[in-house]
Amino acid sequence: MNILNLYARRRIVNALGLAVSMLAMAFGLFWLIWILWTLLEHGLPALAPVVFTQMTPPPGSDGGLLNAIAGSLAMSLVGVLIGTPIGILAGTYLAEFGQRGWLAPVTRFINDVLLSAPSIVIGLFVYEIYVVHVRHFSGWAGALALAIIVIPIVIRTTENMLRLVPTTLREAAAALGAPQWKIINYVTLRAARAGIITGVMLAVARISGETAPLLFTALNNQFWSSDMDQPMANLPVVIFQFAMSPYEDWQKLAWAGALLITFSVLTLNILARVLFRQKSASH
Amino acid sequence: MSTFLSEASLKRHTVIDLLFRNLTRISAFGVLVLLAAIIGSLVVGSMPAIRAFGFGFLTSSEWDPVGEQFGALVPIVGTLVTSAIALTIAIPVSFGIALFLTELSPRLLRRPLGVAIELLAGIPSIIYGMWGLFVFAPLFADHIEPWLNDHIGPMPFLGPFFSGPPMGIGVLTAGIILAIMVIPFIASVMRDVFEVVPTLLKESAYGLGATTWEVMWKVVLPYTRIGVVGGIMLGLGRALGETMAITFVIGNSHELSQSLLMPGNSIASALANEFTEAYGELYTSALIELGLILFFITFVVLSLARYMLYKLGQREGQVT
Repeated sequence: MNILNLYARRRIVNALGLAVSMLAMAFGLFWLIWILWTLLEHGLPALAPVVFTQMTPPPGSDGGLLNAIAGSLAMSLVGVLIGTPIGILAGTYLAEFGQRGWLAPVTRFINDVLLSAPSIVIGLFVYEIYVVHVRHFSGWAGALALAIIVIPIVIRTTENMLRLVPTTLREAAAALGAPQWKIINYVTLRAARAGIITGVMLAVARISGETAPLLFTALNNQFWSSDMDQPMANLPVVIFQFAMSPYEDWQKLAWAGALLITFSVLTLNILARVLFRQKSASH
Repeated sequence: MSTFLSEASLKRHTVIDLLFRNLTRISAFGVLVLLAAIIGSLVVGSMPAIRAFGFGFLTSSEWDPVGEQFGALVPIVGTLVTSAIALTIAIPVSFGIALFLTELSPRLLRRPLGVAIELLAGIPSIIYGMWGLFVFAPLFADHIEPWLNDHIGPMPFLGPFFSGPPMGIGVLTAGIILAIMVIPFIASVMRDVFEVVPTLLKESAYGLGATTWEVMWKVVLPYTRIGVVGGIMLGLGRALGETMAITFVIGNSHELSQSLLMPGNSIASALANEFTEAYGELYTSALIELGLILFFITFVVLSLARYMLYKLGQREGQVT
């Protein structure tokens, strides 16, 4: 009798636990769907063609987000161009040369910490070392802040992907007499290419939504600006400014921008995963 | 006439090898330089405030830009309280999600559902902020906060935390939105560490007649405990430094209030709101010192998190 009771109790506890786990899963999906739904609901009506052809307007008049979109693209591009080579080189060191000595383990640890360090502090840092000295906000400063966010992401994925390359490949190349720089550049890095590209795409996805580090570096600009040495408009900061404003047409534009950013970021995320899966499946 | 083994060619490759190795080493070293530069520049930038206020900065709740009196207590408390609320909600939910993804989900759904949760982490934080301000906060003010006022407000101990005007924006709202943001981080670390548990261990427990819940609670969780704690700390690190989502909904008030329904401030949101408008050396410097404090706290938390995850990784290495 007692044993039967225990058995029943265990079954009930199990059923309860599993039900709660399913609820938790539903809870997580619930927010995702709600947020995406909100974006579609407010963003789609606001997403007119002028969004892509006109500059950010003063309150009360018509306009678009062209200068902000262009500024975001420019700064992200420069940020990735600066951050990626450094990240790949450092990641290569960790994976290929880091077996001995103190540098690799320490760098790996610090890099993992920087990976999730608050991005607003990165903004403060760039402000302190760059903006203060040139005495004005600029697109370069924004790109620099984004590059600092890109570096740890690329380092981490590069190292992980290089570690997945079988040692036999390296040994085969070495046995043919290839020097180490050739082995790494022509064999291992090439074999890990798909994974590294995935990492760069994830880094782009991450920085295209970053607002905090741009607040004190690129600031914002209401007009078209192709001069990276001047304050530069960018989508996240424009969204922040417009959404917090009391003007309805500004808020509408903010929703359009929010929809644009979110769907490009999510598309990049999904693309990166699909690409990586296809490439690694074909190996 | 073989040239490929010639003395000159060998020497050339040795030199290129050396150059290449040092180039990568310098890049790796650059990460350390970056960290040192971040800490260094923040310390230098906050020197005027450190000199003016000393340790009193940490315990004073005064924030008066006109009289140039600054204290970090309100933002520090706000940062810690919102993160605590976030973790209270996020830990059980993340555990449930990880359990579902590793043990319960049909194989076909496992990957898409996992990706969906990871997408939640991909949504930029400013979007959470907008959604929080325009959608969540009004609902919260109309439906949840009056209920909290009526039902938990009169209770002893708990009461004062949950009574106050239902404004929608405030510390509690910020904490809940933070929770949604850190759930994917904690859940994916938990899922990853649950997956390293040797199948042998789980099957032994199942073979003895254990239920799924018992296997999870008594085999998987004890085995991965240190990794789970590491994942939670990782989420905490994220929550502490989160800026935009909180800036939208916390209300930016430098008043210390016991009620969670009242507006407050966090370090990151104070920076986002005030830094570009700060005038005078002392004001700017006080804000930079806030940034230094934030960096210090997150650095400690994230270091602990990484240390714990490494520990788990090492043990896994020994077992297999």
